[in-house]
Amino acid sequence: MSPTAPYAAPLAPVGAVAARATDLSKVYGRGETRVAALDSVSVEFRRAQFTAIMGPSGSGKSTLMHCMAGLDSISSGSTRIGDVELGSLGDRQLTKLRRDRIGFVFQAFNLLPTLSALENITLPLDIAGRKPDPAWLQQIVATLGLSGRLAHRPSQLSGGQQQRVAVARALTSRPEIVFADEPTGNLDSRSGAELLGFLHESVRALQQTIVMVTHDPVAASYADRVVFLADGRIVDEMYEPTADAVLDRMRRFPGGNPRTPASDTQGRTS
Amino acid sequence: MLRTALRNLLAHKTRLLMTALAVLLGTAFVSGTLVFSDSVGSAFRNKMAKSLDDVAVSVTPGPRSAKGHAGALDDRLVERIRALPGVASVRPSVDGTVTVADRKGNPAGSEWGSAGANYVPGKDGKDSRYPLVQGRGPAADGEIALDVRTAGKTGAKVGDTVRLAVDGPVMTKKLVGTVKTDDPRVGAGGSLALFDTPTARKLFGKPGEFTELVIAATPGTDQKALTGAVRGILPDGAEAQSGADLAAAQSTMIDHQTKSIRTTFLVFAGISLFVGVFIIANTFTMLVSQRSREIALLRAVGASRRQVVRSVLIEAGLLGLAASAAGFVLGLGIAAGLRPALNATGASLPDGPLVIAPTAVLSSLAVGVLVTALAAWLPSRRAARIAPVEALAAVDQAPAARGLVVRNTIGGVLTALGVAVMLYVTGYRDTSGVGLAMTGSVLTLTGVIVLAPLLSRPFVLLAGKAGVRLFGVDGKLARENALRNPRRTAATASALMIGLTLITGLTVGAVSAGHGMDKLGRQDLTADYKVSSTGFHGLSPEVAKTLAAQPGVAAAVPLRTVGFERDGAPALALGTRPGAVGEVTGVRMVSGSLSDVRGTGSVAVAEPYAKLKGIGPGDRLPMDFYDGKKAAPRVVAIYADNDVLADVLADPALLDPHMEKVADDQVLVKAAPGQAAGLPEKIKESLGRNPAVKVESQEDMRRAAAGNIDSVLYLMYGLLGMAVVIAVIGVVNTLAMSVFERTREIGMLRAIGLARTGVKRMVRLESVMIAMFGAVLGVGVGIFLAWSAGHMLRSSFPQYELVLPWGRLALFLLIAPVVGVLAALWPARRAARLNMLEAIGAQ
Repeated sequence: MSPTAPYAAPLAPVGAVAARATDLSKVYGRGETRVAALDSVSVEFRRAQFTAIMGPSGSGKSTLMHCMAGLDSISSGSTRIGDVELGSLGDRQLTKLRRDRIGFVFQAFNLLPTLSALENITLPLDIAGRKPDPAWLQQIVATLGLSGRLAHRPSQLSGGQQQRVAVARALTSRPEIVFADEPTGNLDSRSGAELLGFLHESVRALQQTIVMVTHDPVAASYADRVVFLADGRIVDEMYEPTADAVLDRMRRFPGGNPRTPASDTQGRTS
Repeated sequence: MLRTALRNLLAHKTRLLMTALAVLLGTAFVSGTLVFSDSVGSAFRNKMAKSLDDVAVSVTPGPRSAKGHAGALDDRLVERIRALPGVASVRPSVDGTVTVADRKGNPAGSEWGSAGANYVPGKDGKDSRYPLVQGRGPAADGEIALDVRTAGKTGAKVGDTVRLAVDGPVMTKKLVGTVKTDDPRVGAGGSLALFDTPTARKLFGKPGEFTELVIAATPGTDQKALTGAVRGILPDGAEAQSGADLAAAQSTMIDHQTKSIRTTFLVFAGISLFVGVFIIANTFTMLVSQRSREIALLRAVGASRRQVVRSVLIEAGLLGLAASAAGFVLGLGIAAGLRPALNATGASLPDGPLVIAPTAVLSSLAVGVLVTALAAWLPSRRAARIAPVEALAAVDQAPAARGLVVRNTIGGVLTALGVAVMLYVTGYRDTSGVGLAMTGSVLTLTGVIVLAPLLSRPFVLLAGKAGVRLFGVDGKLARENALRNPRRTAATASALMIGLTLITGLTVGAVSAGHGMDKLGRQDLTADYKVSSTGFHGLSPEVAKTLAAQPGVAAAVPLRTVGFERDGAPALALGTRPGAVGEVTGVRMVSGSLSDVRGTGSVAVAEPYAKLKGIGPGDRLPMDFYDGKKAAPRVVAIYADNDVLADVLADPALLDPHMEKVADDQVLVKAAPGQAAGLPEKIKESLGRNPAVKVESQEDMRRAAAGNIDSVLYLMYGLLGMAVVIAVIGVVNTLAMSVFERTREIGMLRAIGLARTGVKRMVRLESVMIAMFGAVLGVGVGIFLAWSAGHMLRSSFPQYELVLPWGRLALFLLIAPVVGVLAALWPARRAARLNMLEAIGAQ
């Protein structure tokens, strides 16, 4: 995806692959204590699509995201972002790749408390030493409903607003793909729904590619596609999911016991 | 609560490492000083006790005067003492100063340590006080023995000739032996020359006399009774002291000296500990804020505020105890290493075991514990204010920054008071304002420390501007981090500021004083060269005559000093050729002319002395000389105060009769136009390359004075260095704890694309900003204090004026960023090495 392409036009034909894992394995420990967090996972994420990765605790969904985003090393197989093979990159090149071609939204602590919302949003561009594209920036800010909040410090924003700033930051460099790790985990259900709506809108209106790790069936229902993970393998996938269908599928996992969004906000505070 | 405190302490070992190090260094300084002074004192006492072992009684002559020598010690007296019951032996000695020439013709020993004595052979023909290394003891007029080191410097072997001088011309003597000696003067870089008794008497001008008789007693003799018996046969004026009294007197002197060294060192140890207070306070403030949820939980389950305070204080106390115990051990190492180190630089401290007094142990530990607990007191109060409800807060929110209004108000008032006091001090013209100046300095320094958080903001913003321009977003992140907690930034910088304020103040004061002295020297002394004696004997009057006859010399003016009393108050008169004084000094006349001072009937008087005594031209000046005679010459001229000239100027005709031995202190030489170059060599040649004569140019004298100031200044730098080192440890500490606190932020920054080098640079730049803030404050306050306190010297030292040594000040400011980068090495590395995934997930 070329960063100079006009923002409104489809940046790439829907269906092109933004990220791909082939026979991806991630093993911790050795011998007796050897644990395979990911076991020969092959998966593709398509452009301008909103994918949710679901699975019970310990299924390897966060590990998959970390490996595909270049945050963690892999044991075997290959991962690509666009046409770049991550395995061949050193720390410096990986850092540059994350900066220029990947966006991140974490569960909590996405923002630097010392910087204003706007400064947080443009931080990846500042690090790269690039100027933001004003039109693009304005469109993101408008889409995420952040106008009028840009001068605020994170401590002056609500939790939902903070996560929206994080999403805006992830989008500002027009990354090829945005990885979101439980982005609604710390939000109440109303703010959570609002944020998911914005993510959905980013894919629709801004042609962005988003991969979101979650264990909340309601959150997953905002995605175009859900990939189910269990014991380090992809066990199923679902297009145009509904919350009920996802919940249903989750119940069929051995020991699968998805939490409700309400219990999530209480149970996963940091 | 003790268990909680202990657990916390153990859980945060690495985080407390730097703090412990700061306490450790401070207490090591204290304990090192205490153990060192105890050990050196005891070693001196032991050595002295040993050297006084065989001394039952020591007899010294009375004072000399022109009337003769009251209480002279002669051969007859020695025989009479030998005949006393209980006397085992009497060792009669004749001491003086002898300058021995080294290979190049310069003095082989230091100026104050060029000793000469008589060789007293015992029954076996050897002197037990000076064990022979080679050859034999001197036994005839032309013979000499030297201590081994001096002999080495002269390059002479036994049988060769050695050049030497006492107060007259150069002599040569044959080296017949080398000896060992424990004479402290020789140990400190002096030289020792030995002659047979008649030669020593002749050389030192003591015909038929001795300078000391050392009496050894037979076993079982009562020292006191023997001393009494000796006293009974002494001539009037001579004195006898028992060995025990001598030992006691010297012991008191040693105590006095070691105590003054100890006090000086302890002052600097105190400064180091004070700097440490900031680091300890910073650490505990950070620990308390990191632990606020834990503390809130403790409060929620029923711990009282007092228990929370106590827990923090106990933790601090335990930390202090552990650190000061380690510090004490380091202090022992310092004390053990200091003696060889000082000896290597020319001191001569005797050997001896380390003396570890219980008071040294207890006071070091107590100081460490107290300082740590005291520094943790404010943070502990802060911990007590944490509300139980904070335990339930869902999300970590940085505690709301407390307002700085109260702090700024207090700081403003203190600073204003301090500055006002210091400005008031500038009105003083003498040192009566010292107490006030100290108060003002402490107030100003304290005020600036309290105000530092307020001042940090504009400074960091300014420095940040440069940082952003040079380093982009890294500089911006560093700036924001430095601004985030002004108290922390300020406390860290203050620690550095204290050391630099003192260093700057001392440097500015010393350099200004040096310049003043320089100016004074140039104004008052216009001679090109000063010729003087290296010993205590002075120069023979022949020297001035020889020099005056030397081609290339325009004027050679001898100066000799004679003391006298006027109304019981001592004063100094300078005997010279008054008419020639103007050729070698910048003397300014207030009234009359120096050429009118002639013969025994007239003198010139310095203006301050004339004012003091209320005398003017035409008055008579009654003088009581120390030989008991009086004179009352008429004052014919008054001259302005001059550093070279004494209270009174007179013709030698008036003064010489009252001198025990006529000798010049110095001869001032003015070169004929165009002849100054190479003159010193000609002068030395004309005086037979006498090692006892020193020729110094104006430049030499200036350099010597500057060297003295510099060596004191460097000592101060060394002692204050510890405070600076502790402050740097404080910067490391703050950065390391900040990195720990910001783990998740750093993880997030790494994830969104900040490279490791960027993380490092961010930490490094914050460190540099803090260090530079401290340096700028320190240098600024130091200059201000030196400027204002300097005014007190105006009356006693009118040439003093503020001189800013820009080079050195710039160096201090330039060292700051270097220190910042060094201090950031470890924390920056840690930050860059953080495991991203763990960091993002960290609590």
